[in-house]
Amino acid sequence: MIQFVLLISRQGKVRLTKWYSPYTQKERSKVIRELSGVILTRGPKLCNFVEWRGHKVVYKRYASLYFCMGIDQEDNELEVLEIIHHYVEILDRYFGSVSELRPWFIVCELDLIFNFHKYNAAYYALDELLIAGELQESSKKTVARLIAAQDSLVEAAKEQASSLSNIISQATK
Amino acid sequence: MALSGMRGLSVFISDIRNCQNKEQERLRVDKELGNVRTRFKNEKGLTPYEKKKYVWKMLYIYMLGYDVDFGHMEAVSLISAPKYPEKQVALQSIGTTNMVGYIVTSSLLNENHDFLRLAINTVRNDIIGRNETFQCLALTMVGNIGGREFAESLAPDVQKLLISSSCRPLVRKKAALCLLRLFRKNPDVVNVDGWSDRMAQLLDERDLGVLTSSMSLLVALVSNNHEAYWSCLPKCVKTLERLARNQDIPQEYTYYGIPSPWLQVSVCVCVCNFLLSVISHTFRKRKNEILREVKTMRALQYFPTVEDPNTRRSLFEVLQRILMGTDVVKNVNKNNASHAVLFEALALVMHLDAENEMMSQCVALLGKFIAVREPNIRYLGLENMTRMLMVTDVHDIIKRHQAQIITSLKDPDISIRRRALDLLYGMCDVSNAKDIVEELLQYLSTADFAMREELSLKAAILAEKFAPDLSWYVDVILQLIDKAGDFVSDDIWFRVVQFVTNNEDLQPYAAAKAREYLDKPAIHETMVKVSAYLLGEYSHLLARRPGCSPKEIFSAIHEKLPTVSTTTIPILLSTYAKILMHTQPPDPELQKHVWAIFSKYESCIDVEIQQRAIEYFALSSKGAALMDILAEMPKFPERQSALIKKAEVAEVDTAEQSAIKLRAQQHMTNALVVTDQHSSNGTPQSVGQLSLVKIPSISGDVGSSCQEHTSADQELSQANGTLATVDPQPPSADLLGDLLGPLAIEGLPGAAVLSEPNAVSGLEGVPIPADDAAAIVPVEKDTNSVQPIGNINERFYALCLKDSGVLYEDPNIQIGIKAEWRAQHGRLVLFLGNKNTFPLLSVQALILPPVHLKIELSLVPETIPPRAQVQCPLEVMNLHPSRDVAVLDFSYKCGTSMANVKLRLPAVLNKFLQPITVSAEEFFPQWRSLSGPPLKLQEVVRGVRPLSLIDMANIFTSFQLTVCQGLDPNPNNLIASTTFYSETIRPMLCLIRIETDPTDRTQLRITVASGDPTLTFELMEFIKEQLAGIPTAPRPPAPPAAPGAQPTNPAAPVAQPTNPAALTDPGDLLAGLL
Repeated sequence: MIQFVLLISRQGKVRLTKWYSPYTQKERSKVIRELSGVILTRGPKLCNFVEWRGHKVVYKRYASLYFCMGIDQEDNELEVLEIIHHYVEILDRYFGSVSELRPWFIVCELDLIFNFHKYNAAYYALDELLIAGELQESSKKTVARLIAAQDSLVEAAKEQASSLSNIISQATK
Repeated sequence: MALSGMRGLSVFISDIRNCQNKEQERLRVDKELGNVRTRFKNEKGLTPYEKKKYVWKMLYIYMLGYDVDFGHMEAVSLISAPKYPEKQVALQSIGTTNMVGYIVTSSLLNENHDFLRLAINTVRNDIIGRNETFQCLALTMVGNIGGREFAESLAPDVQKLLISSSCRPLVRKKAALCLLRLFRKNPDVVNVDGWSDRMAQLLDERDLGVLTSSMSLLVALVSNNHEAYWSCLPKCVKTLERLARNQDIPQEYTYYGIPSPWLQVSVCVCVCNFLLSVISHTFRKRKNEILREVKTMRALQYFPTVEDPNTRRSLFEVLQRILMGTDVVKNVNKNNASHAVLFEALALVMHLDAENEMMSQCVALLGKFIAVREPNIRYLGLENMTRMLMVTDVHDIIKRHQAQIITSLKDPDISIRRRALDLLYGMCDVSNAKDIVEELLQYLSTADFAMREELSLKAAILAEKFAPDLSWYVDVILQLIDKAGDFVSDDIWFRVVQFVTNNEDLQPYAAAKAREYLDKPAIHETMVKVSAYLLGEYSHLLARRPGCSPKEIFSAIHEKLPTVSTTTIPILLSTYAKILMHTQPPDPELQKHVWAIFSKYESCIDVEIQQRAIEYFALSSKGAALMDILAEMPKFPERQSALIKKAEVAEVDTAEQSAIKLRAQQHMTNALVVTDQHSSNGTPQSVGQLSLVKIPSISGDVGSSCQEHTSADQELSQANGTLATVDPQPPSADLLGDLLGPLAIEGLPGAAVLSEPNAVSGLEGVPIPADDAAAIVPVEKDTNSVQPIGNINERFYALCLKDSGVLYEDPNIQIGIKAEWRAQHGRLVLFLGNKNTFPLLSVQALILPPVHLKIELSLVPETIPPRAQVQCPLEVMNLHPSRDVAVLDFSYKCGTSMANVKLRLPAVLNKFLQPITVSAEEFFPQWRSLSGPPLKLQEVVRGVRPLSLIDMANIFTSFQLTVCQGLDPNPNNLIASTTFYSETIRPMLCLIRIETDPTDRTQLRITVASGDPTLTFELMEFIKEQLAGIPTAPRPPAPPAAPGAQPTNPAAPVAQPTNPAALTDPGDLLAGLL
């Protein structure tokens, strides 16, 4: 079972966290602090697994972001490594469709921050991918469809919040 | 565009982005948190929209890594924001509000937050409601942070969703994983009956998303109860087959051309769980224990197998296909995915009773993997090889890869180095121990600091387990200390001292080695300790060698003194004293020098050093007497290595298994593996029992094993200290005459401590003949031929009230006790008197202390000379309130018979009480302030022995409770006070009130109050025992043996106040009392 998911920037800033076991606030900060110390200092061309305090952590770097997942001792490391990649591909597809001009990882670093709604999409995608620390869906297409549905729900609500005429214009577009 | 409505949020986020440094960011965040906090405070004015906005901000701040410790309630409350199903648009708007609630709640909170419970009902309504969006949100949140309460109230609804035919896969896959979470929180929520059929149906599911989730659920269910789900096994195999052959798998579920690798992995895990849980149920072991012991079970010819031949065949075929059909390809992701499946298949083969051919294929594959360039595969190759070692007998094949594995120990990647170290540790046996340990030692000097401790521990253990000869072992450990002193725990050097002490052949060698290391310019402090110790004990064996005269050795050691810390100095002082003692004829110059050092430290601020300096100085001026006192340390009792124990606790220990095998194969004469051999000064059995008590390695050697010292030097001092205390009281002849009678003991000063003879006679015991047998617990029936004189229980109760008297007597020995109590400390002296004209041999006294007492028994001599008495002081410290009693396990040999008794020591609760008088002004406020349980307890007790108030007051006085006259207006009530002393809580005032009913004296109401709940409870029980334990009817002359009279917890059945006058009929006695 995956215990937690962390996205950490190269500078050690946390971009996303998700905990599937009950960690207290204090433990969470400790995991983040110590683990980023361990992972960010690892050189390239090493394996994607680190052992840390009885945890096994699978991580992979994409551009300036590190994706880390803490797993149990007996879990299959490669499987989790590919879950990470799967997640990245889903984000890629989503953000790619949002802004075609920039590669998605730039989107991650900037848009995730500037555009909180997009940021939320990263969470949403994760929830569609994993529940209870286990893989829920292995089809990218399905996940993408669900995020899109979610998006339209949010958009519709936002538009409604700004003005009614906006909705109408949106609908007739 | 997107968050146009939330300008405040956008502004805040760009503010944060524009912060130049962490400090600015922090200020901005604090300001925002303050703002949000104030807004939440006057919540009434908040619209749902505003609430949502602030909760978003909180999430954002939390994401930046700041603690957000408020506003959780608001987040949870968003979940239950009102819904208006009649308005579609509004619904969507509200929907997002709920969504914010769900997302923020599951990010910020964990299952232990109380107010999550508040949301259970809303969440349930969302789950059983018809709106798919809300269902999904609720299932996701519960699946991610649901706790026990959620499990209890939601499981049936979630189960329904999972098997509902009207739900879309989208909901059902979430339900499957949500149920998995709830099942993990409380396995009882899934009712096995009927559910197993449902699970089997679920495996026919067409939607691979639902199938993936359901398979994860099945993995967990199977490891809990495999039998119920056995019918799922063929379907699992079929699924695996379908995936491996890529039959009928939708395109979107293939990942880089591989049909859902995750599902394949999870099916393999599931089948493996079936096999393992069969063993774990048969052997009643947990899964991780099983993993360690699979090999043993295989040896027992017990291995579960898939019985259905068709399923079995297809499983083998599909595994074969995976093992053989996985090639290394260029694409990293494809490679990873296929290898993920391969490694899982490999694990399954290991646990499956597969043909040997398949197993050797696996080993061959692993051998290939550990040499590839791809680091992930190398890592996993090493990891799985270690696993394989545990499971099957592949030592010999794996040994072929030893060179490659040693290369991996130098890999640039620490993760891989760790795996290599583990594997080397696991594969080590007698044949390759020398190579491997030397490799580890060599690696030690270059290893990262993160690994050194583990490395040195492992090297030490392997050296101990597989040493071809002992001198090699000593070499290894000394090298270890030399190279990585900081990482060598005390256990390691204690262990080497134990071995050297117990093996005479080794002593000169070890001393010579230690001498060599002392010549090095800079050595680690641990090395100073171990060399000083060894040279102190054995340097005289080297006397003829060059550079090894006492003087030279002394100056070599003394050179190091300025560099060491205060914990080492006492060891050095002992060494000096020993060197001095061994120098025959005495060397006046050396003596002068050493004495000068002793006198220099006589005023040392460190008590330990000071005491040793003074003692050694005094002793060494005694000349010949020094010889006895500083004689060579006796051999240590054989015991399991603390290191090995540590390693066993720490992890799966494969080397241990090979060590067991090894022991069976060959009896190595000087094997370092722990043997059952009896040591010279210990009865092996009792030593074995003792090792249950946490003992540091050295302290046990003098029999005073019950202390819990932590540092070696304290232990060493203990050894020396006790030797010194025996000295002033040798069993001398002139004492013999009056030693033996009970009077000699009872007449000791302090016997008349009790000022109120009334109390004594009022309380002391009714003899309880039936308990006699129970009080002495024979180790074995035939060993206990000696019958006690007098009643042991009666003696014990008498001693609970007095401070001196006889604890035990039989035809051979009399054990007397004299005690002094001051606050939480007690000092007892045991007087062991031999009544015979021949010596008592193999005398052993062990204290089995309850957890609340810290007891240190000094050295008990092995032999008690004829008609002599020895004294053994015993220090007691009370840590916290408890009624448990310490037990003295005493045994001796008289002629051919062995006697063993277990005696309760009168270190009971009331010994730590001191009477105190309180006035009405002090009493009442205190009494009122301690209101209600657990600090104040009240109980009505019926059926007690009727006592007059005066008698009761006397009983209390004898237990150190002050009876306060006139405080209670009701003359039928009684108030008492006392102070309780213990190490952990400050002196605690205890107040007691007894209300009696003049018309029915068998009924009492007792109220006890103190500032500590445990104390209140224990005191209440104690008083009840004293007052209520006796039934009103006279006891029958020979009541059936009280079942609870075990020596360790004598509380309940033995609480009857008894009379020491040894009246035989309890009826008479009661009459006398009344």
